[in-house]
Amino acid sequence: MQTEIIYKSILALAVFGITLFIAMYSTYAERKIAAFLQDRLGPNRAGPFGILQPLADGVKMFMKEEMIPEVSNKFLFILGPSIAMLTCLMTGAVIPWGSSITIAGNEYSLQVADINIGILYLLGVTSVGVYGIMIGGWASNNKFSLLGAIRASSQMISYEIGMGLSIIALIMTTGTLSIGEIAAQQHGGHWNVFYQPLGFLIFIVCAFAETNRAPFDLPECESELVGGYHTEYSSMKLGFYLFAEYINMFISSAVIATLYFGGYNMPFIGRFIQDPNALAIIGSVFLFCKIFFFIFLFMWVRWTLPRFRYDQLMNLGWKGLLPLAILNIAITGIVMWFTGKIN
Amino acid sequence: MQSLTNRSKVVGSTKMTLMESIYLPAILNGMMITIKHFFRKKATIQYPEVKREFAPVYRGMHVLKRDENGAERCTACGLCAVACPAEAITMTSAERKPGEEKLFREEKYASTYEINMLRCIFCGDCEDACPKESIFLTDRLVPSDSLRQRFVYGKDLLVEPMEENKRIDISKRQTKEVLEFKKNKELQHNKLIE
Ligand code: SF4
Ligand code: SF4
Repeated sequence: MQTEIIYKSILALAVFGITLFIAMYSTYAERKIAAFLQDRLGPNRAGPFGILQPLADGVKMFMKEEMIPEVSNKFLFILGPSIAMLTCLMTGAVIPWGSSITIAGNEYSLQVADINIGILYLLGVTSVGVYGIMIGGWASNNKFSLLGAIRASSQMISYEIGMGLSIIALIMTTGTLSIGEIAAQQHGGHWNVFYQPLGFLIFIVCAFAETNRAPFDLPECESELVGGYHTEYSSMKLGFYLFAEYINMFISSAVIATLYFGGYNMPFIGRFIQDPNALAIIGSVFLFCKIFFFIFLFMWVRWTLPRFRYDQLMNLGWKGLLPLAILNIAITGIVMWFTGKIN
Repeated sequence: MQSLTNRSKVVGSTKMTLMESIYLPAILNGMMITIKHFFRKKATIQYPEVKREFAPVYRGMHVLKRDENGAERCTACGLCAVACPAEAITMTSAERKPGEEKLFREEKYASTYEINMLRCIFCGDCEDACPKESIFLTDRLVPSDSLRQRFVYGKDLLVEPMEENKRIDISKRQTKEVLEFKKNKELQHNKLIE
């Protein structure tokens, strides 16, 4: 029991550290990829290839002058970025980062908490995340912040529905709400994306909207709203908001990879490697490769597409994705009935 | 209206077709374009290490030339100041004293000569106007500064050094056309600098 607790705390710390590290280097990757897509070179002065740039940025963020507007609600002003950061870090707990490692006869799962309602937990925590933005925007006492916050919350609420419905279809086929089980079920190339292509499409579009990334980055649309909900923020509080966006992106990529692309599973790899521990580690590596691909996809899309107009965004969410998601559920149900999975 | 490129597209507020309202084909198309740029050669020039090549007739910071003997060529005639469209040049003239022949070529010379580099538009008209082949624009850049006053360049910065090896080379500006122009008999005073 005691070793279990120690092991879990170590794992939680490791996930925490890795998440922060990857989010940090996502900022670097974002700038590099943006530059490359635009025929530029990107940051290359701090260290070889600019590899120390995130550190320099972090130091800059910490050293900057801290400003809290006189007219703001101080408690909520500080609470905003804290919630944003907290919720996005909490989501990492239910992702299976690998199968399990056996040390001295004890099996250790590479998932911090395999709760049987993992998906619900995920959806719940991410929807709390919107409070961080809303509280921050409201507490700033600034019309641009407030508008940004309103946009963010209405956008996230609208797209959460499409996301939830696309997941319902997935749950129908997998028959479980536990993310660990969903990942394990996809063993041997039975990736869910082959069974739920439409669901995957809806899910990834909603994931873009949920993370407030382009082409759905209306909450922080510079041309209309200065900085959106974080207009009044400075120093590391602003850093927290920006950082939370990158962590969200990382977690979304992890969720997409786990739910639809087999998680830590890789077909045929079991034929070459027998040792279960090595297999588990290689599985984790594969998972991270998939995650990195999706992070790249997020950035690739961002630097390709212009921003949607707000009415287009709402149209797409309510009149496009929502009916499609319902249709997807219906089709899934019919196919399952015909193939005899349900009766 | 005639379009400048063959890539222009007529846009209107017509309703989107089904294909367009799905968005995905257009998005994939766009992503293919951007990924192609990912592997392109980059246009960046790493500035302090690599410098972009200047055109031989680049018009940068001015120089006031000396003649073969090291005497200043400028005679403070003021033609450059008159020609200057930005009114960037001011000068005061003085008379040469006996014994200063080594310093000034003509009997009258510019005791002060100032160009306001913030006013100057680097058009090169001063160079064209000068009858003594004294002022030239060079391929040197005017460095940035934080004080406006420091952009008024006096003779200390404009006149080229006395030493033979530190003279500013302006031979690249003497293009074929310029040389042809200088053959004009009426412009006899435009004697070539070696
Ligand atoms: S280059 Fe043109 S603007 Fe500049 S000083 Fe000469 S005449 Fe004036
Ligand atoms: S630089 Fe040339 S044009 Fe200007 S005052 Fe001197 S001699 Fe005259």
